[in-house]
Amino acid sequence: MHEVSIAQEIIEIVKDYLPDGNGISVKSVKVDVGDFSNILPEALTFGFEVLTDNSGMKGAELIINKIPLTVNCINCNYISTLDEPLFFCKKCKSPNVEILTGTELKVTEIELND
Amino acid sequence: MSLITVERKILEKNDEIANLNREKFRFKEMFTMNLVSSPGSGKTSLIEQSINVLKHKLKIGVIEGDVQTNLDAQRIDALGVPVVQIVTNGSCHLDAMLVRDAFQKLIDLDLNLLFIENVGNLVCPAAYDLGEEMKVVIISTTEGDDKPLKYPAIFHNSKALVINKIDLLPHVNCNVDAISKNAYSINSELKIFETSCTTQEGISEWCEYLLSMVK
Repeated sequence: MHEVSIAQEIIEIVKDYLPDGNGISVKSVKVDVGDFSNILPEALTFGFEVLTDNSGMKGAELIINKIPLTVNCINCNYISTLDEPLFFCKKCKSPNVEILTGTELKVTEIELND
Repeated sequence: MSLITVERKILEKNDEIANLNREKFRFKEMFTMNLVSSPGSGKTSLIEQSINVLKHKLKIGVIEGDVQTNLDAQRIDALGVPVVQIVTNGSCHLDAMLVRDAFQKLIDLDLNLLFIENVGNLVCPAAYDLGEEMKVVIISTTEGDDKPLKYPAIFHNSKALVINKIDLLPHVNCNVDAISKNAYSINSELKIFETSCTTQEGISEWCEYLLSMVK
């Protein structure tokens, strides 16, 4: 349960884009959250709401873009989308795979009411 | 309305400090391990056993992380090894800033090996780079063989797995081969050790591995 810490880091990043003291508010913040990033989206949304309620960002919406876990097979180059994190190529069953997507945890877009 | 496109990792601040930590550790020629497990799997006992075997060969230091108390630091201190206790006051994981500040107290000691014992938790520590050279995940035979499947991220992000409390195998419903099989399905490159801190079984193999990492 480190989603509240993660929500706090998101808020700190958004602050960098807010002009000082002229009443501009944040409408929404878009984040990429990989399926293999150990984050529960509902808990992240909850943490974000609680923390923004007590800040100048009250009412800002957190939009979570979930990114599937995909791996590339070193053996046969096939790209598999994994529904669960069992790291095998779906085609040749090799465990020799590298993660392409699914570990993302980043802020991608901020929308301001101005 | 204005839209701002950004591309910033949420944990960028932690990662930046972790990289500075790693540079500092490497400059000091010190090998750093981040030990992660559930509460009660035997992280502190494994560190104690490692110290007992290696203290005349290596200069070892320990950073202990707990939600409360300095009980673990007392155990390490009793072995005559420098130790710093981090009390997180509720936080479920260590982060790079906490480790940076704790290491200030060890920086002048010319250590060869630093153990960082994380807060007992298989979830959150997987996400936080502390600047370590490798993560080690520890599970005990009382926890059941399905743990790698239930907490895959930490098994994926670790380089070694220690299966501890193997002396209890006759008494518990645990299949060590199943633990290994499940762990390999998450991370086929894991180095796996089987240990008992009570009977010392497997400790010498584990310590040989530590020595090979440091040198």
